Amino acid sequence: MCAVRDLVKTYPAMRGRRGAAQAPAVRASDGISLEVRRGEIFGLLGPNGAGKSTLVRQLTGLLRPDSGSVSVLGHDLVRHPERAARLLGYLGQESTALDEMTVALAVETTGRLRGLTAREARDRRDAVVGELGLADIAGRALKKLSGGQRRLACFAAVLIGERPLLVLDEPTTGMDPVARRAVWAAVDRRRAERGTTVVLVTHNVLEAESVLDRVAVIDRGRVIACDSPGGLKELVGEEIRLELVWRDRPPLDVPEVAALAATARAAGRRWTLRLPAGQARAAVSAVTAGPAFAALDDFTLATPSLEDVYLALGGRGEGLVKG
Amino acid sequence: MSVVPAEAVAGTEEGTPDPGAWPEDGPAAPLGPRARLFPALGAVYRAQLSRARVARIPLLFVATFQSVGIMILMRGVVDGGDEARAVVSGASVLVVAFVALNLLAQYFGQLRAGGGLDHYATLPVPPAAVVLGAAGAYASFTVPGTVVTAVTGCLLFQLPMANLWILAAVIPLAGAALAGLGAALGLLAPRPELATLCGQLGMSAALLLGVLPAGRLPAPIGYARDLLPSTYGVEALGRSFDARPDWWAIGADLGVCAAVGVLSLAVAAWAYRRAAVR
Repeated sequence: MCAVRDLVKTYPAMRGRRGAAQAPAVRASDGISLEVRRGEIFGLLGPNGAGKSTLVRQLTGLLRPDSGSVSVLGHDLVRHPERAARLLGYLGQESTALDEMTVALAVETTGRLRGLTAREARDRRDAVVGELGLADIAGRALKKLSGGQRRLACFAAVLIGERPLLVLDEPTTGMDPVARRAVWAAVDRRRAERGTTVVLVTHNVLEAESVLDRVAVIDRGRVIACDSPGGLKELVGEEIRLELVWRDRPPLDVPEVAALAATARAAGRRWTLRLPAGQARAAVSAVTAGPAFAALDDFTLATPSLEDVYLALGGRGEGLVKG
Repeated sequence: MSVVPAEAVAGTEEGTPDPGAWPEDGPAAPLGPRARLFPALGAVYRAQLSRARVARIPLLFVATFQSVGIMILMRGVVDGGDEARAVVSGASVLVVAFVALNLLAQYFGQLRAGGGLDHYATLPVPPAAVVLGAAGAYASFTVPGTVVTAVTGCLLFQLPMANLWILAAVIPLAGAALAGLGAALGLLAPRPELATLCGQLGMSAALLLGVLPAGRLPAPIGYARDLLPSTYGVEALGRSFDARPDWWAIGADLGVCAAVGVLSLAVAAWAYRRAAVR
């Protein structure tokens, strides 16, 4: 359906202005290979600056790779980038082109520009606007809407003039749960009815775990793992995440706590530990008794998330969202 | 590089359709339809006109008041004849320059900087449709201001209004030339501030070189005046105030506008393609 082979893209070094340091060249895609199958929701997970958006821009024909190949539905998009627009719908991070239009006009115009006739564009506009629950705000300009509503309106513009592949760059940013559900319901419907494939960029771990069929974990322009969320979690399946929040300072005079301190990642009053099950049990009984418990504000035990996978694989960690 | 090949992946979670249930594609799937030039142009024009209506009405008032104000000022200096014609036609075409050159350069500069071009670049629409649709919408948006300015000028300086219908040719042709120039500047400028600056400078040039009577300008500035496409719109409108207008000269002036319009819009369409795919 969609295959990427050995993709390399380097942004050239920027010459520094007076007083500013020179920015070095950045290898935003460092030999990326992926295979997305028809009808699946395929995720690209990684923190900001990992190279997700650069990859997506090459997939959509917006950016020409230095080397490597991109093939979508049998078309070579490196040689024919203009064909991307006729194969896929793209939701970028910006809405500047649509901001001053009403929701209805933005959706209808996009449909016209995807080659629909005037009548088709109006009919499909009404259908999509209704499907996503945008009817009440259809007459309002996008820039007068909240961030989540605006994002949903842009998503409506992606859906009009059905395409077999949807490339969505953080589609649900700023959306409330109702809008999120509308997005995933619309995606599921298209998947069931016509086998629509979705490539989704996200840095939201919970969303990745709940909606993705498979996920490629991206770090520094490389794919460091690629599997189903369940399969990835098995990589770190033996470990349990223990989070401790201290009231004030950790009681390092307690020997058990001092022993844990060596392996904990501390962020303010919060410690995060990844331990085998037996050790985690011992640690919990140590901190829930005596002087350590008096200093403890809160603790949680959890099975590993994709964030733990990401850290275990050597990712830089900061920047993934858990909400 | 460690990638698990697609074949090695276990089945998907329960309840979701199995990706394998869909036949994998043959050599090449059919492409979706392409938007044809004129329907796409119409759609962009309509959308741009609607957003201009929302966002640009205050600016249109500014453009019109600016031109009317200049004519009132110049009334103290100029007392009829050739110079009055130059002032009225220059002030009228200035409205076109303000909207088509200055505002369009700003719009495309901001669209490019803000990533808004991605939206159009991922739609199967000809570049010319996007550029012409936006340029056309901005040019049509100048119509009321230009007409109001021309009529006010004729009343102020007692010029004949019989041939003001020529505005129906001057606005679209001068509009095409200036909008094309504005779009090209906006799309070529490396930074949006530079696009704004170029648009402002172009408009100031149209103001000074259009409104001031040509006979009083020093020679080098006279040449600069000849290079500015708005000049030919100003000349064409100015000649139409004559008792017996020289229609051939008017036609030639408008021909220059049309030629510059075609050329600059072609450059703008090229600049669009270049800016959209980096």
